[in-house]
Amino acid sequence: MSYSLVLAALLASTAPALADDWAPPITDKLVHKECGSCHMAFQPAFLPARSWEHMMNNLSDHFGEDASLPEAQIAEIRAYLTNNAGDVKRRGIARKYMRWVAADGIPQKITENPAFLREHNFPDRIWKDPKVVTKSNCLACHAQANSGNYDDD
Amino acid sequence: MIRSFILAAVIVAPTLAMAGDPDRDAIIADYAEQARAVDPGFGTFSAKRGEALFRTKWSGGDPRTTSCTACHTDNPKNSGRNAKTGRPINPVAVSVNPSRFTDAGDVEKQFTRDCKSVLGRPCTPLEKGDYITFMTGQ
Repeated sequence: MSYSLVLAALLASTAPALADDWAPPITDKLVHKECGSCHMAFQPAFLPARSWEHMMNNLSDHFGEDASLPEAQIAEIRAYLTNNAGDVKRRGIARKYMRWVAADGIPQKITENPAFLREHNFPDRIWKDPKVVTKSNCLACHAQANSGNYDDD
Repeated sequence: MIRSFILAAVIVAPTLAMAGDPDRDAIIADYAEQARAVDPGFGTFSAKRGEALFRTKWSGGDPRTTSCTACHTDNPKNSGRNAKTGRPINPVAVSVNPSRFTDAGDVEKQFTRDCKSVLGRPCTPLEKGDYITFMTGQ
Protein backbone atom coordinates (compact mmCIF):
# COMPACT_ATOMS: atom_id res chain seq x y z
CA MET A 1 0.00 0.00 0.00
CA SER A 2 2.52 2.57 1.11
CA TYR A 3 4.92 1.38 -1.61
CA SER A 4 2.42 2.02 -4.35
CA LEU A 5 1.67 5.43 -2.86
CA VAL A 6 5.34 6.32 -2.94
CA LEU A 7 5.63 5.01 -6.47
CA ALA A 8 2.61 7.02 -7.58
CA ALA A 9 4.00 10.16 -5.96
CA LEU A 10 7.36 9.57 -7.61
CA LEU A 11 5.77 9.12 -11.03
CA ALA A 12 3.63 12.21 -10.59
CA SER A 13 6.58 14.36 -9.60
CA THR A 14 8.87 13.24 -12.41
CA ALA A 15 6.27 13.04 -15.16
CA PRO A 16 6.42 16.74 -16.17
CA ALA A 17 10.19 16.61 -16.42
CA LEU A 18 10.04 13.64 -18.75
CA ALA A 19 7.27 14.92 -20.96
CA ASP A 20 7.84 16.97 -24.09
CA ASP A 21 5.50 19.58 -22.63
CA TRP A 22 8.13 20.73 -20.16
CA ALA A 23 10.26 23.83 -20.66
CA PRO A 24 13.27 24.34 -18.37
CA PRO A 25 12.07 27.14 -16.04
CA ILE A 26 13.76 30.55 -15.93
CA THR A 27 16.27 30.73 -13.08
CA ASP A 28 17.58 34.27 -13.61
CA LYS A 29 15.92 36.83 -11.33
CA LEU A 30 16.30 39.78 -13.70
CA VAL A 31 14.92 37.81 -16.67
CA HIS A 32 11.98 36.72 -14.57
CA LYS A 33 11.25 40.27 -13.43
CA GLU A 34 11.75 42.24 -16.64
CA CYS A 35 10.42 39.70 -19.14
CA GLY A 36 7.50 39.05 -16.82
CA SER A 37 6.46 42.61 -16.06
CA CYS A 38 3.85 42.96 -18.84
CA HIS A 39 3.34 39.33 -19.85
CA MET A 40 4.44 35.96 -18.56
CA ALA A 41 8.18 35.44 -18.88
CA PHE A 42 8.35 32.88 -21.69
CA GLN A 43 11.01 30.20 -21.30
CA PRO A 44 13.96 30.58 -23.71
CA ALA A 45 13.41 27.00 -24.98
CA PHE A 46 10.60 28.22 -27.25
CA LEU A 47 12.82 30.19 -29.62
CA PRO A 48 16.29 29.77 -31.14
CA ALA A 49 19.15 31.97 -29.95
CA ARG A 50 19.07 34.21 -33.04
CA SER A 51 15.40 35.04 -32.32
CA TRP A 52 16.19 36.15 -28.76
CA GLU A 53 19.16 38.11 -30.07
CA HIS A 54 16.94 39.96 -32.53
CA MET A 55 14.25 40.58 -29.92
CA MET A 56 16.65 41.95 -27.33
CA ASN A 57 18.17 44.27 -29.94
CA ASN A 58 14.78 45.75 -30.84
CA LEU A 59 13.05 46.38 -27.52
CA SER A 60 11.92 49.89 -28.47
CA ASP A 61 9.45 48.22 -30.84
CA HIS A 62 8.51 45.06 -28.98
CA PHE A 63 5.34 43.87 -30.74
CA GLY A 64 4.32 47.53 -30.96
CA GLU A 65 5.29 48.35 -27.37
CA ASP A 66 8.25 50.33 -26.14
CA ALA A 67 9.92 47.82 -23.82
CA SER A 68 13.25 49.65 -23.64
CA LEU A 69 15.62 48.80 -20.78
CA PRO A 70 19.01 50.06 -19.61
CA GLU A 71 21.82 48.59 -21.76
CA ALA A 72 23.37 46.62 -18.87
CA GLN A 73 20.08 44.85 -18.19
CA ILE A 74 19.58 44.12 -21.89
CA ALA A 75 23.02 42.51 -22.01
CA GLU A 76 22.32 40.27 -19.00
CA ILE A 77 18.90 39.20 -20.28
CA ARG A 78 20.19 38.65 -23.82
CA ALA A 79 22.99 36.43 -22.53
CA TYR A 80 20.63 34.31 -20.46
CA LEU A 81 18.06 33.88 -23.24
CA THR A 82 20.60 33.02 -25.93
CA ASN A 83 22.57 30.65 -23.66
CA ASN A 84 19.38 28.76 -22.84
CA ALA A 85 17.66 29.03 -26.23
CA GLY A 86 15.81 26.09 -27.76
CA ASP A 87 18.52 25.37 -30.34
CA VAL A 88 21.27 25.59 -27.71
CA LYS A 89 19.76 23.45 -24.94
CA ARG A 90 17.57 20.99 -26.78
CA ARG A 91 15.62 19.83 -23.75
CA GLY A 92 11.95 19.05 -23.21
CA ILE A 93 9.57 21.19 -25.25
CA ALA A 94 12.45 22.72 -27.25
CA ARG A 95 12.77 19.54 -29.32
CA LYS A 96 9.15 19.86 -30.43
CA TYR A 97 9.36 23.60 -31.22
CA MET A 98 12.79 23.69 -32.87
CA ARG A 99 11.69 21.05 -35.38
CA TRP A 100 9.61 23.69 -37.17
CA VAL A 101 12.15 26.52 -37.22
CA ALA A 102 13.84 27.00 -40.60
CA ALA A 103 17.64 26.91 -40.60
CA ASP A 104 17.81 30.63 -41.32
CA GLY A 105 14.49 31.57 -39.72
CA ILE A 106 14.29 34.23 -37.02
CA PRO A 107 10.79 33.67 -35.60
CA GLN A 108 9.53 36.16 -33.01
CA LYS A 109 6.07 34.83 -32.16
CA ILE A 110 5.99 31.54 -30.28
CA THR A 111 2.26 31.33 -31.06
CA GLU A 112 2.98 31.03 -34.80
CA ASN A 113 5.04 27.86 -34.40
CA PRO A 114 3.18 24.85 -35.89
CA ALA A 115 3.95 22.98 -32.67
CA PHE A 116 1.87 25.59 -30.85
CA LEU A 117 -0.89 25.78 -33.49
CA ARG A 118 -1.38 22.01 -33.61
CA GLU A 119 -2.17 21.88 -29.91
CA HIS A 120 -4.21 25.09 -29.76
CA ASN A 121 -6.77 24.55 -32.47
CA PHE A 122 -9.68 26.00 -30.49
CA PRO A 123 -12.91 27.69 -31.55
CA ASP A 124 -13.05 31.48 -31.44
CA ARG A 125 -15.11 31.60 -28.26
CA ILE A 126 -12.15 30.16 -26.33
CA TRP A 127 -9.77 32.83 -27.61
CA LYS A 128 -12.33 35.55 -26.93
CA ASP A 129 -12.77 34.55 -23.29
CA PRO A 130 -12.06 37.71 -21.21
CA LYS A 131 -9.54 35.76 -19.13
CA VAL A 132 -7.54 34.78 -22.23
CA VAL A 133 -7.19 38.15 -24.04
CA THR A 134 -4.34 36.92 -26.28
CA LYS A 135 -2.85 33.64 -27.49
CA SER A 136 0.34 34.39 -25.62
CA ASN A 137 -1.44 34.35 -22.24
CA CYS A 138 -0.26 30.83 -21.35
CA LEU A 139 -1.28 31.18 -17.70
CA ALA A 140 -4.96 31.55 -18.59
CA CYS A 141 -5.08 27.77 -19.05
CA HIS A 142 -1.65 26.43 -18.05
CA ALA A 143 -1.59 27.25 -14.35
CA GLN A 144 1.95 25.87 -13.97
CA ALA A 145 3.37 27.66 -17.02
CA ASN A 146 5.69 29.81 -14.94
CA SER A 147 7.48 26.70 -13.73
CA GLY A 148 7.68 25.37 -17.28
CA ASN A 149 4.93 22.78 -16.97
CA TYR A 150 2.55 22.88 -19.96
CA ASP A 151 1.38 19.30 -19.47
CA ASP A 152 -2.09 20.09 -18.14
CA ASP A 153 -4.19 20.03 -21.30
CA MET B 1 7.35 37.73 27.28
CA ILE B 2 5.16 36.53 24.45
CA ARG B 3 2.54 39.05 25.48
CA SER B 4 4.97 41.94 25.20
CA PHE B 5 5.95 40.69 21.74
CA ILE B 6 2.35 40.71 20.64
CA LEU B 7 1.88 44.12 22.20
CA ALA B 8 4.94 45.42 20.39
CA ALA B 9 3.70 43.98 17.10
CA VAL B 10 0.28 45.53 17.57
CA ILE B 11 1.81 48.93 18.24
CA VAL B 12 4.58 48.82 15.64
CA ALA B 13 2.67 47.37 12.68
CA PRO B 14 0.19 50.23 12.22
CA THR B 15 2.94 52.78 12.86
CA LEU B 16 4.99 51.32 10.01
CA ALA B 17 1.99 51.29 7.72
CA MET B 18 1.25 54.92 8.51
CA ALA B 19 4.76 56.24 8.15
CA GLY B 20 5.89 57.44 4.73
CA ASP B 21 8.33 55.15 2.99
CA PRO B 22 11.69 56.97 2.66
CA ASP B 23 12.23 55.64 -0.87
CA ARG B 24 8.77 56.75 -1.96
CA ASP B 25 9.25 60.13 -0.31
CA ALA B 26 12.51 60.56 -2.23
CA ILE B 27 10.78 59.70 -5.52
CA ILE B 28 8.02 62.24 -4.83
CA ALA B 29 10.59 64.87 -3.84
CA ASP B 30 12.44 64.27 -7.09
CA TYR B 31 9.28 64.75 -9.16
CA ALA B 32 8.51 67.90 -7.13
CA GLU B 33 11.89 69.31 -8.08
CA GLN B 34 11.23 68.49 -11.74
CA ALA B 35 7.75 70.04 -11.54
CA ARG B 36 9.25 73.22 -10.08
CA ALA B 37 11.75 73.36 -12.90
CA VAL B 38 8.87 73.29 -15.40
CA ASP B 39 6.73 75.75 -13.43
CA PRO B 40 8.34 77.90 -10.71
CA GLY B 41 4.83 78.48 -9.34
CA PHE B 42 4.40 74.77 -8.51
CA GLY B 43 3.03 74.28 -4.99
CA THR B 44 2.25 70.72 -3.93
CA PHE B 45 1.04 67.52 -5.56
CA SER B 46 -2.67 66.81 -5.41
CA ALA B 47 -4.35 63.46 -4.80
CA LYS B 48 -7.49 64.89 -6.39
CA ARG B 49 -5.69 65.73 -9.64
CA GLY B 50 -4.03 62.29 -9.46
CA GLU B 51 -7.41 60.61 -9.23
CA ALA B 52 -8.70 62.62 -12.19
CA LEU B 53 -5.65 61.50 -14.18
CA PHE B 54 -6.35 57.89 -13.17
CA ARG B 55 -10.00 58.02 -14.30
CA THR B 56 -9.78 60.24 -17.40
CA LYS B 57 -10.53 58.63 -20.77
CA TRP B 58 -7.83 59.68 -23.21
CA SER B 59 -7.84 59.44 -26.97
CA GLY B 60 -4.17 59.66 -27.92
CA GLY B 61 -2.98 56.23 -26.87
CA ASP B 62 -3.66 52.59 -27.62
CA PRO B 63 -7.41 51.96 -28.15
CA ARG B 64 -7.18 48.99 -25.76
CA THR B 65 -5.95 51.24 -22.95
CA THR B 66 -7.85 54.53 -23.07
CA SER B 67 -7.53 55.02 -19.31
CA CYS B 68 -5.50 53.71 -16.39
CA THR B 69 -8.63 51.86 -15.31
CA ALA B 70 -8.50 49.68 -18.44
CA CYS B 71 -5.90 47.54 -16.67
CA HIS B 72 -6.08 48.64 -13.03
CA THR B 73 -9.91 48.58 -12.74
CA ASP B 74 -11.99 51.44 -11.26
CA ASN B 75 -10.62 50.66 -7.81
CA PRO B 76 -6.82 50.82 -7.39
CA LYS B 77 -7.13 48.49 -4.40
CA ASN B 78 -8.22 45.71 -6.74
CA SER B 79 -5.94 43.43 -8.68
CA GLY B 80 -5.99 44.33 -12.35
CA ARG B 81 -5.28 42.65 -15.65
CA ASN B 82 -3.09 43.84 -18.52
CA ALA B 83 -5.59 44.64 -21.28
CA LYS B 84 -3.11 43.64 -23.98
CA THR B 85 -1.55 40.49 -22.55
CA GLY B 86 -4.07 39.24 -19.98
CA ARG B 87 -1.38 39.09 -17.30
CA PRO B 88 -2.72 39.78 -13.77
CA ILE B 89 -1.51 43.04 -12.17
CA ASN B 90 -1.04 43.56 -8.43
CA PRO B 91 -3.01 46.44 -6.87
CA VAL B 92 -1.54 49.94 -7.31
CA ALA B 93 -2.95 51.31 -4.04
CA VAL B 94 -0.14 51.62 -1.52
CA SER B 95 -2.35 50.53 1.41
CA VAL B 96 -2.73 47.05 -0.06
CA ASN B 97 0.61 46.92 -1.89
CA PRO B 98 3.19 48.84 0.19
CA SER B 99 6.07 48.09 -2.22
CA ARG B 100 4.48 50.33 -4.88
CA PHE B 101 6.51 53.43 -5.90
CA THR B 102 9.61 52.49 -3.90
CA ASP B 103 12.04 51.79 -6.78
CA ALA B 104 12.79 54.95 -8.76
CA GLY B 105 13.95 53.05 -11.85
CA ASP B 106 10.85 50.86 -11.94
CA VAL B 107 8.54 53.83 -11.36
CA GLU B 108 10.05 55.86 -14.21
CA LYS B 109 10.05 52.83 -16.53
CA GLN B 110 6.37 52.13 -15.82
CA PHE B 111 5.37 55.77 -16.38
CA THR B 112 7.30 55.81 -19.65
CA ARG B 113 5.49 52.73 -20.93
CA ASP B 114 2.03 53.36 -19.51
CA CYS B 115 1.73 57.09 -20.31
CA LYS B 116 2.66 56.36 -23.92
CA SER B 117 0.11 53.57 -24.02
CA VAL B 118 -2.74 55.39 -22.24
CA LEU B 119 -2.22 59.12 -22.94
CA GLY B 120 -0.24 58.75 -26.13
CA ARG B 121 2.44 61.08 -24.75
CA PRO B 122 4.89 61.20 -21.85
CA CYS B 123 3.44 62.26 -18.49
CA THR B 124 4.65 65.51 -16.96
CA PRO B 125 6.46 65.53 -13.60
CA LEU B 126 3.31 67.14 -12.15
CA GLU B 127 1.14 64.27 -13.40
CA LYS B 128 3.55 61.66 -12.06
CA GLY B 129 3.69 63.26 -8.62
CA ASP B 130 -0.09 63.68 -8.51
CA TYR B 131 -0.59 60.04 -9.48
CA ILE B 132 1.75 58.71 -6.79
CA THR B 133 0.18 61.05 -4.24
CA PHE B 134 -3.28 59.71 -5.07
CA MET B 135 -2.11 56.09 -4.86
CA THR B 136 -0.26 56.70 -1.60
CA GLY B 137 -3.54 57.76 -0.02
CA GLN B 138 -5.40 54.74 -1.39
